[in-house]
Amino acid sequence: MAEAMILAENLSKSYRKVKALTDINLEVKEGELFGLIGPDGAGKTSLIRILATLLLADKGRASLMGLDVVKDFRKVRQMIGYMPGRFSLYRDLTVEENIRLFATIFDTSLEDNYDLIRDIYVQIEPFRHRRAEALSGGMKQKLALCCALIHRPNILLLDEPTTGVDAVSRREFWEILAQMQKQGITILVSTPYMDEAGRCNRVALIHNSKILQIDSPANIEAGFGSPLYAVIGQDTYRLLQHLRQYPHSGTVYPFGDSIHYTDQRGEINTADLAEWLRRQGHANIEVLPIAPNIEDCFMALGSSQPDASSYV
Amino acid sequence: MKRWFGFVRKEFYHILRDRRTMFILIGMPLVQILLFGFAVTNEIREARIGILDLSRDEHTQEIRNKLMASGYFRQVADWQRPEQVEAGFKSGDVKVVLIFEEDFGQNLKREGLAHVQIITDATDPNTGQTLLSYVSTIIIDYQRELNQPYQLPLRIEVETQMRYNPELKGVFLFVPGLITIILMLVSALMTSVSIAREKEMGTMEVLLASPMRPIQIILGKVAPYVLLGLLIALGVLLIGYFVFDVPVKGNLLLLAAEGLLFVITVLSLGVLISIVSPNQQVALMVSMMVLMMPTILLSGFMFPIENMPPFLQYISLIIPARWFIVIIKNIMLKGSGIEQIWQETLILFGFTVFYIVLAIRRFKVRLA
Repeated sequence: MAEAMILAENLSKSYRKVKALTDINLEVKEGELFGLIGPDGAGKTSLIRILATLLLADKGRASLMGLDVVKDFRKVRQMIGYMPGRFSLYRDLTVEENIRLFATIFDTSLEDNYDLIRDIYVQIEPFRHRRAEALSGGMKQKLALCCALIHRPNILLLDEPTTGVDAVSRREFWEILAQMQKQGITILVSTPYMDEAGRCNRVALIHNSKILQIDSPANIEAGFGSPLYAVIGQDTYRLLQHLRQYPHSGTVYPFGDSIHYTDQRGEINTADLAEWLRRQGHANIEVLPIAPNIEDCFMALGSSQPDASSYV
Repeated sequence: MKRWFGFVRKEFYHILRDRRTMFILIGMPLVQILLFGFAVTNEIREARIGILDLSRDEHTQEIRNKLMASGYFRQVADWQRPEQVEAGFKSGDVKVVLIFEEDFGQNLKREGLAHVQIITDATDPNTGQTLLSYVSTIIIDYQRELNQPYQLPLRIEVETQMRYNPELKGVFLFVPGLITIILMLVSALMTSVSIAREKEMGTMEVLLASPMRPIQIILGKVAPYVLLGLLIALGVLLIGYFVFDVPVKGNLLLLAAEGLLFVITVLSLGVLISIVSPNQQVALMVSMMVLMMPTILLSGFMFPIENMPPFLQYISLIIPARWFIVIIKNIMLKGSGIEQIWQETLILFGFTVFYIVLAIRRFKVRLA
């Protein structure tokens, strides 16, 4: 069955004057782990809410498993597991009470579907008599995922599940998602963290209400136009300014401790650039050719947009 | 159904675990009934009376003794000269003044007619009126005693009776009124906040994305408060009965059934407010403004509806509490059966259906 599990066609949505989504087209295949990647305010939450039948689009249509999100919203709700970006469980209920509540809401029980959530549940089980408000951020997200999974949904819609969660918990969370994918659940997950793109089968890069590109992370990285270099020095801020003044400079932006640089001439002799920088007064300069990652691609795509914001 | 019971259980957890809610639910009715029962009362007890006795004979002494023996008055002044009366009133020391004319006893014996003047402080008209009638009743009583040995040819005697509450006890009115107000507070206020809270905490988003139907969510919200509301009403009733001797003359089952109906009426109103309010604060404000104030002021609990200007009388028609107060007073104090209150019952029923239908229609199955 190669039919699309999630299909969005020409979706547009605005809040008064602010455009949240512009002409979104998207197709997620069965069993896919699909990432929606973009900065805050890009429109990820609006898109997920429309797919979760919680918002009405101004234009366009969307369907899940062939069911229209507007017309057949009740049927759609039976099939999806939805986890909002904000922690949305009952804080004054314990871990176990929350899970059991959501189980009964979906006419099932914890015992019936224990095998599906077992791997996650064992991690939070020691705290099952603790109130949800007293859990750590990572634990909260695992609990929320348990609650979203308890009725064995066909499709999981997760809105920024790893935001505000520590690095270890984030990694664990993605491992859990990979397991759920093996169970045959189609997953659409949004994240502002570019480095999480590699965890997905395919990603959609979304920026300023528009989708920039949809492809597998590897293809997106391979499609990066020109050779990329990392420039490492001591005073990153001055280095950035000088690089921008360099007559042949293409894109220049900071990336962690280094600066990612492309040149208008394409491939360059790294020693030349290093020498030029040394003459500007920089010491211990290193210029290395590197493979572009998703964030580089995002920056390149985003800056070609006419209304791109100054996202760093 | 199982789905719904799970939801109701969750609601009970919310209520029982929130100390503030519990405090409001239990503390407020208790404080209110004790306040209204003991402190805020219309009854006259030990009203300060000043007497200007210009005659000082056996008759005036006899009347004065009777006044003091009644327990309603406490003599705070025994003036000698008329000028002192004005000063006594102005300083607020006395609420009522009794003046016997000069030669009161002699006039009575010789001419069969003597004059006495009663002056009351009418800054509070109700109290003034009540004091006036108390004093005149006592004087008329005395007159009747004097007349007894003589046979007068024709006499019309007016006998007044204050039915159902012969001692004019304020508590009799306050307990039914209070049960109404408290049910209103508990049911409407609490539910109006509860759906708004789900919106505020974001849990509504998850509920909406689930197959729960609006009617299930609404009824699930309402169910625990029906039980709590009835329990609290029973508590107030018991305190009224045992602490203030307020009678319950009518059928207890009928009272319970009407109470249940009223609880459901105000609950559905609370849910309606909750549904149209974006957050808890708005819900709270709306309940305060559109529920509590009109209910307390216009339901006939504080002020008699017949005394209101027509405009306010019309408004009072759409206040559910107005009808329930009539019902509960009739059952408790008069012992009425359903045949006397079926109209009010029907009206409450109509309100309930209206609110529920509106609530379900206004319930948004999506965000925003």
